[in-house]
Amino acid sequence: MRFVRSVTTCADLSVHRFHWMTQVQEVPQSGRLSPAMQLRIHELMVKSRAAEERCIQMSKAGDGWFWIGAPGEEALGVPLGLQVKKGEGLDHDFLHLHYRSSPIAIAMGLEPIDIIRQMGAKATDPFSRGRNFVNHYAVRRWNIVPMAPTIETQFSIAVGTGIAQRRHGGTGITIVNGGDGGTHEGDFATCLLWSIRPGQELPILMITANNSFAISTPACTQHGVSIAQRVKGYGIPTLSIDGNDVHQSWKAIAEGMAYVREKRKPFFIEAKVSRLHGHSSSSGANRVNEEDPITRFEQSLIKGDVATRAELDIVWSRYREEMADAYEQVKREPYPDPSDVERYMYAEPKENYYNPKPRNGFAE
Amino acid sequence: MATMAQAIRMALAYGEQHLGVTDIFGEDVGPPLGGVFTCTQGLRTAWNSPLDERGIVGAALGLALAGQKPVAEIQFSDYIFNAIDLMKLAANSTWSSGGEFTVPLVLMTTVGSGVHGSIYHSHSFDAFATHLPGWKVVIPSNPLDAYGLMIASLKDGNPVMYLEPKCLLRTKGLERIPGEPADERELRDRIDAPLGDRSQWKPRWPALLEYEVPLGKAKLCREGTSATVVSYGRTLPLCVEAADQLAAEGMRFDVLDLRSLMPYDWAAISASIRKTGRVLFVNEDTEVTNFGEHLLRRTIDEFFYELAVRPRLLAGRNVPGIGMAPTLEDASVPQSANILAAMREIAIEPA
Repeated sequence: MRFVRSVTTCADLSVHRFHWMTQVQEVPQSGRLSPAMQLRIHELMVKSRAAEERCIQMSKAGDGWFWIGAPGEEALGVPLGLQVKKGEGLDHDFLHLHYRSSPIAIAMGLEPIDIIRQMGAKATDPFSRGRNFVNHYAVRRWNIVPMAPTIETQFSIAVGTGIAQRRHGGTGITIVNGGDGGTHEGDFATCLLWSIRPGQELPILMITANNSFAISTPACTQHGVSIAQRVKGYGIPTLSIDGNDVHQSWKAIAEGMAYVREKRKPFFIEAKVSRLHGHSSSSGANRVNEEDPITRFEQSLIKGDVATRAELDIVWSRYREEMADAYEQVKREPYPDPSDVERYMYAEPKENYYNPKPRNGFAE
Repeated sequence: MATMAQAIRMALAYGEQHLGVTDIFGEDVGPPLGGVFTCTQGLRTAWNSPLDERGIVGAALGLALAGQKPVAEIQFSDYIFNAIDLMKLAANSTWSSGGEFTVPLVLMTTVGSGVHGSIYHSHSFDAFATHLPGWKVVIPSNPLDAYGLMIASLKDGNPVMYLEPKCLLRTKGLERIPGEPADERELRDRIDAPLGDRSQWKPRWPALLEYEVPLGKAKLCREGTSATVVSYGRTLPLCVEAADQLAAEGMRFDVLDLRSLMPYDWAAISASIRKTGRVLFVNEDTEVTNFGEHLLRRTIDEFFYELAVRPRLLAGRNVPGIGMAPTLEDASVPQSANILAAMREIAIEPA
């Protein structure tokens, strides 16, 4: 098992080194992952990838309009999702996710067919009833709050669940993730600033998945210092990791979570990850030549005699077939009824808010 | 009689005591100041936030999603614009999640002219507010309504924007708030923070009673058949005053205080238009893409053949801000004389 403390692609960011050993010594060591856990992680990584690949196919085939997702972030997301204190309410973790979080959600137990449903904008989409882009979840029973493609706003909203959890006590924490481009937004600074108010520190685990690009703009042309260096200016403990490495991710997340749960203070992780299909379908969603974290993990599984190539291939076949079946099923499911358009505007049955008679060609 | 600021304060105290309000926060909202207009003095759950509007609205949204009942304040609506992203999310989180999550929060912000606030303390926000579907929007014009609208907003369970016409915050009402002491000096002694050191001060809230102004219900302030006047906020008392003056000339107006802009009381507006055939909408937001323009459009759509004269909108000039000089402010937003003239004109125009 390797624990590389700093991996960056931009040379000018590589000056950054990390000091978690001195800052968070009280964090318990998580220990080596068991073979069974490694196989479970592998399965979830493949499950997540298979769902994303199916969505990409749908976007190319005209079975959906827009795809954005997480191929390349499985080694970060699955270890995170598996360590979430899952449930509803303040005693459990709140998740403020962004659109590259399918490995997190699938590791938590989300069914990939529901991602396919959202990809197809079907009425059966349980997260948004056909309203939102793919990979924008809202799952009340697991505290996954509604997701939005407004970059980094989740970092401002996370402050609120953090305040509620600080007041509530216990071990539930707020987890918020985003990309490196998102850290340019003021919302990132908001979260840092609000989480360190004296005597009002917030139990928030912040994670930036640094894939080195904001759409097409290379991070190294925009970041004067590393993101973790910025965060350190707020006095928040940071870890920078190679997020393509399952073991490093698991350990960093375990340490970050333990710190936040116990200390009720913020913690920051910057994880270098791959972006295997570009930003989104807007840039073609074709496979690019970056390190594949699943391939890397599989090599370690084979080398460590945890699994054989043939056994791993079975996992791929199983989930690819499952996604093909899911796709066939979702294809037959309906779009939302046009009358659904005003539904859920308010928490209550609508009263006399603006609701003109049908006109101008709109359906009633 | 209580001022509007005292009324809001009492409604928030009622909310803390009876409606589960968990957080009242924003810039200078907590002690020692208790709000730049004193609306949050002495409140148990009031606290000061960083000077960060996005953070304030984001925190409110997060608190609401976590099952809390927050009341957030943006000190002046002039400074709310960098938080529009978060306000859109508050508005759409229920809709976009297919009803999975609800967002019970109240966002207070001061609006409008009348305090010599110059370019950045005079903005109206009604057009922007009503352009964010998913919010409910209220704006009181007197202390009793301020109290009742706040209590209704706190009970609503949806995001409610509570617009405070800043020039009315220190005006006293004509009707007593349920539970308000008869002697206004006693009220001051009980709930106004003292000057100087306030560190030991605690309010002695009167035994406040629940009083709700239902969201979406207008108030008919004056009744007549000469014409309908629909207004809210700062310009509402001016419309009432003008109606009383024009009564001497034999004109009688329906003056509707809309109180809620979303939902708005179209039934009340419709009934009055059907009666008078003449309608004047009055507000002080800039006139282009004005909320009153929406009401005008709907009036034309639904009542074109029933109108006696063309319907009208009296609104603020389409200028980037309100100038510091009194002459510029008076020329920017409707004043008594403009309102009186517009009301007279619509009442006497031959059908």
